[in-house]
Amino acid sequence: MDALDRVVKPKTKRAKRFLEKREPKLSENVKNAMLIKGGNANLLVTQVLRDVYALKKPYGVLYKKKNITRPFEDQTSLEFFSKKSDCSLFMFGSHNKKRPNNLVIGRMYDYHVLDMIELGIEKFVSLKDIKNSKCPEGTKPMLIFAGDDFDVTEDYRRLKNLLIDFFRGPTVSNIRLAGLEYVLHFTALNGKIYFRSYKLLLKKSGCKTPRIELEEMGPSLDLVLRRTHLASDDLYKLSMKMPKALKPKKKKNVSLDTFGTTYGRIHMQKQDLSKLQTRKMKGLKKRPAERITEDQEKKSKRIKKN
Amino acid sequence: MEGQNVEELLAKAERDEAEKLQRITVHKELELEFDLGNLLASDRNPPTGLRRAGPSPEAELQALARDNTQLLINQLWQLPTERVEEALVARLPEPTTRLPREKPVPRPRPLTRWQQFARLKGIRPKKKTNLVWDEVSGQWRRRWGYQRARDDTKEWLIEVPGGADPLEDQFAKRIQAKKERVAKNELNRLRNLARAHKMQLPSTAGMHPTGHQSKEELGRAMQVAKVSTASVGRFQERLPKEKAPRGSGKKRKFQPLFGDFAAEKKSQLELLRVMNSKKPQLDVTRATNKQMREEDQEAAAKRRKISQKGKRKGGRQGAGGQRKGGPPSQGGKRKGGLGGKVNSGPPRLGGKRKGGQHQGGKRRK
Repeated sequence: MDALDRVVKPKTKRAKRFLEKREPKLSENVKNAMLIKGGNANLLVTQVLRDVYALKKPYGVLYKKKNITRPFEDQTSLEFFSKKSDCSLFMFGSHNKKRPNNLVIGRMYDYHVLDMIELGIEKFVSLKDIKNSKCPEGTKPMLIFAGDDFDVTEDYRRLKNLLIDFFRGPTVSNIRLAGLEYVLHFTALNGKIYFRSYKLLLKKSGCKTPRIELEEMGPSLDLVLRRTHLASDDLYKLSMKMPKALKPKKKKNVSLDTFGTTYGRIHMQKQDLSKLQTRKMKGLKKRPAERITEDQEKKSKRIKKN
Repeated sequence: MEGQNVEELLAKAERDEAEKLQRITVHKELELEFDLGNLLASDRNPPTGLRRAGPSPEAELQALARDNTQLLINQLWQLPTERVEEALVARLPEPTTRLPREKPVPRPRPLTRWQQFARLKGIRPKKKTNLVWDEVSGQWRRRWGYQRARDDTKEWLIEVPGGADPLEDQFAKRIQAKKERVAKNELNRLRNLARAHKMQLPSTAGMHPTGHQSKEELGRAMQVAKVSTASVGRFQERLPKEKAPRGSGKKRKFQPLFGDFAAEKKSQLELLRVMNSKKPQLDVTRATNKQMREEDQEAAAKRRKISQKGKRKGGRQGAGGQRKGGPPSQGGKRKGGLGGKVNSGPPRLGGKRKGGQHQGGKRRK
């Protein structure tokens, strides 16, 4: 709904801007993430949430207090938070005997839960445990997924999609090559997912492209896939729908042949070839005397015929 | 000899090149898939090296990460670059991974009444200047809004116009006019909004602000007002001769679960018989009622036309006479509203109709 299309119109410009930021648009804002602690979150899980918040700043919200909810049973509380803070990604941490060190990653569509995947944390090394310099917050990370497991099952495929969505950051058209600072590497192996983050060091190589050396920087997690709550196929399709205006436009009347030559087509109206303007040769132009004699010849010819 | 030297030099140059490239080349069985718009790379190779590693494969993971990152960086460095304020910037392509949206696609709004009219007439908005010269204050002021150029309500002196009452408050009149304009604007906006969402306006309890309302609308408004109490209209007093509203109470009646088994069996068998029979069942009562209602409506429409032309009495007598000869009414209920009635005096709904006009309806039975 447009900010001006509400029954109660916003009375200040600030309120109007606030509403315009939250309304559905053709090309959307960067997705915000909310990081929530459950009623029984322990130190490990809290630390994980804090580290992910550091990675996701400024596009994230970390809730300080514990919220007693269970995402897999009741999603209304999460949806309420999402609506209030305009966040479409969430991460919920909890801990109990049956599911120790639990992390639920999910995303929303239209303020309703779309996908939720529960992961168990087996090993965690925090940002502050690794003592070296970190990269500034807000840099766009590079994402690498390794392992053929990520394409085999539907669960893993959705998990890959969800992780890309979660960690990718704002979409930019240009990027400063020296500013590529860190990389998040996900490996799927033996049913576990290893999440590591490395800082990039560009070393001199003989040619233009530098040689890469990595230094472990940030949070590293060993995750195990537990429960999933994936969206039904039609809801997923609905959420993937791209508006017509954003679809790439087809260029008409332009074709490319195998050698790389571009051919274009021009559609012309019908031309009267007798009135075609050709090059003028002044020497061949008829002089007035000649024209008169020609007319006389024509007349005589006509008389003869008649 | 010189030839040999040249050959040696070339070979050495090649070897140097190869060495340099070696530093950045990585050998992979399957090529990686790149999505440079998202700075993403997917490695489909099965992680055989890692499987052998054991419980803590940190070094192997780092080596794998280094290789993959090297390939991604190689790809990124091949993008077209430009120099923007002393920084080397690469132009990224569009991201190819399809990710779900966070909110649904915005729907196009339907046009408002004014926009439809403007489109029809080909009226385009005239570009107007933001500031207008205000003579009174001697400065440029905005065309509308806070401290605008010609503000009607802020004048300190208003001449009493020629034909107006000298004791009337002209200032209050102006303020009232402005309030009415604002209210009308708001009403139009809400109407446009309701039309856009195809919702029904609550329409201020059925009453129109201008007061021009048809009898049916007033009737509906009155009924709605009657039912809008805490006990849904049960204890509302009625006017002395007003009839009880028909149709209040349960809309559907269901048979009790454990009722008369014989009756239930009979009704179900009857239903099956009707469904199986080839001939359609004709309910004579309903058919005749339908026919009569259609005839009534036609006659009413005709009467309305005739009464507009001015021939009132003759037409009605004729219509009344016709109806007596029509098919006998079999207890079908007639609704009170006969169209085409000429309303003499204020419309009184539900109350007993005075005058000879409506007695015709009763006589018909």
